[in-house]
Amino acid sequence: MVLYRDHDEKLDLLKAGKLSLLENVKEFLKRIDANKDINAFNFVFEKDALESAEIIQEKIKSGKFGKLAGMVIAIKDVLSIQNKPLTCSSKILENFHSVYTATAVQKLINEDAVIIGKTSCDEFAMGSSNENSAFGPVKNPIDKTRVPGGSSGGSAAALAANLCDASIGTDTGGSIRQPAAFTGLIGLKPTYGRVSRFGLTAYASSFDSIGPFAKNSSDLPKIMDVLSGQDLNDSTSISSSSIIDEDISKIKIGVPKEFFAAGLDTEIKSRIDQIISILEKNFEIVEIELPNTKYSIAAYYILTTAEASSNLSRYDGVRYGHRSKSNINLQDLYESSRSEGFGDEVKRRIMLGTYVLSAGYYDAYYRKAQKVRRIIKNDFEKAFDKVDLILSPTTPTTAFKIGEKTDDPLSMYLNDIYTTPANLVGIPAISIPIGNDSNNLPIGLQFMANIFEESKLIAVSKFIENNLVKK
Amino acid sequence: MSVNNKQVEQIAKLARLKFDENEIENLTKDMNKILDYMDQLNELDTDNIEPLSHPLDLSNVMREDNLKESISRDDVFKNAPSHNEEFFKVPKVINK
Repeated sequence: MVLYRDHDEKLDLLKAGKLSLLENVKEFLKRIDANKDINAFNFVFEKDALESAEIIQEKIKSGKFGKLAGMVIAIKDVLSIQNKPLTCSSKILENFHSVYTATAVQKLINEDAVIIGKTSCDEFAMGSSNENSAFGPVKNPIDKTRVPGGSSGGSAAALAANLCDASIGTDTGGSIRQPAAFTGLIGLKPTYGRVSRFGLTAYASSFDSIGPFAKNSSDLPKIMDVLSGQDLNDSTSISSSSIIDEDISKIKIGVPKEFFAAGLDTEIKSRIDQIISILEKNFEIVEIELPNTKYSIAAYYILTTAEASSNLSRYDGVRYGHRSKSNINLQDLYESSRSEGFGDEVKRRIMLGTYVLSAGYYDAYYRKAQKVRRIIKNDFEKAFDKVDLILSPTTPTTAFKIGEKTDDPLSMYLNDIYTTPANLVGIPAISIPIGNDSNNLPIGLQFMANIFEESKLIAVSKFIENNLVKK
Repeated sequence: MSVNNKQVEQIAKLARLKFDENEIENLTKDMNKILDYMDQLNELDTDNIEPLSHPLDLSNVMREDNLKESISRDDVFKNAPSHNEEFFKVPKVINK
């Protein structure tokens, strides 16, 4: 069943006996094997997936089944699944096995989703191209000479290549939305705290969010409702009202001029202009200002590297993870294990984070960036007094070539220019495919909403899906 | 602000990372380029701004201090590179 339309249809076919879940999973496993060159998966759970397919098939027959029954889902390899490997695409965790299951994954399992495997990503979710994996880069299924985006590049590539029905990624500065844009998928970064981070390997704890990639808008609310909820194991998780089919006919959409300034690819700009002219017939569209969002990248990379340097201090070669053979004393054990285990970008971020937190520089960088974070938040609060949604590009360019930006960390960071503000502020944001450029590469359109207003994002995604003829 | 090779070596020590000379050279270059970009934050007057450490306004909530089951020692040791029945093993820390 490669022609997957949405989960409603699949469930109907399964209920009517017109589709066998076991055969469906076998088909996916075959396709995963045939598409190994994309390198989307770190691990494929063949036996478990087939077993749960049989069990869920029976449940569907009996009439008692979960909300996501039969949905085949791939999970980014930064989320724990008990007794399964968890590598974060890092050598330092090459032989690590999780001792418990992440809340988000457990919720999917409880609702009878089939977990087919764990997908590649940039090491510890640090990157914008999935080239920072210790197990090799992931290729964009649309053009295999190009990156799928990152850090959730494996989850995006797996879904774009039809190796699953939906996938789960994490978004700290755009790691769901940017790969969604690069591979022609819908990607949703929920409000910070809506989804429990328990069992998610921490990168930057006050930014990390877990969310779905989907091929259609009707799967999104289903997956989000399952993922959402307060969790005693994550003290920053918040209970939220469920996603509703919201009437958006009277909403106002704001277009921030700062997001269309220099640096934006002209083809992306003209395609978005076309979309805006179509949206104008149905919604009120106004120009708004977010004057301080140009400082987002600088603030983001100070704060997230600081949090990362602290979070990643746990990898010391003592309790778990790689331990170096060179260990003449404890200090050497720490340094050698970490230096052998971490890749270049992770080391670079630990170094930056250590520097901005160190005595004498803390106020100049870390404290300063925290203040800028508030200034940017104030910008958005003002904007949401006037509008319901904010429209922008997801990325400044379409998918770039593998190797194109690996020598220049700063130019790689600048890729996140439109996506990092939502993480600094904690608001939900979505990337929606709106057609292709002249190289046939997908273009993503981003909408941001106020906290806990995912319903509006999904409603506008549905509107675009139903009303726009793709180029 | 910028950093020199010596400072980068010092930061590496704090971060418990080891680099050779060549790597230090490259890191210094990369870090300076990035720090230079970050310096644009100084354009903003932040004197009367309260730092924001968390995106949502959450207040602390206390819970009852009840004992509950945690991960077993056996499970924890499954991922340990070196251990005995009770402890993780590391190289000798105190030398006579």
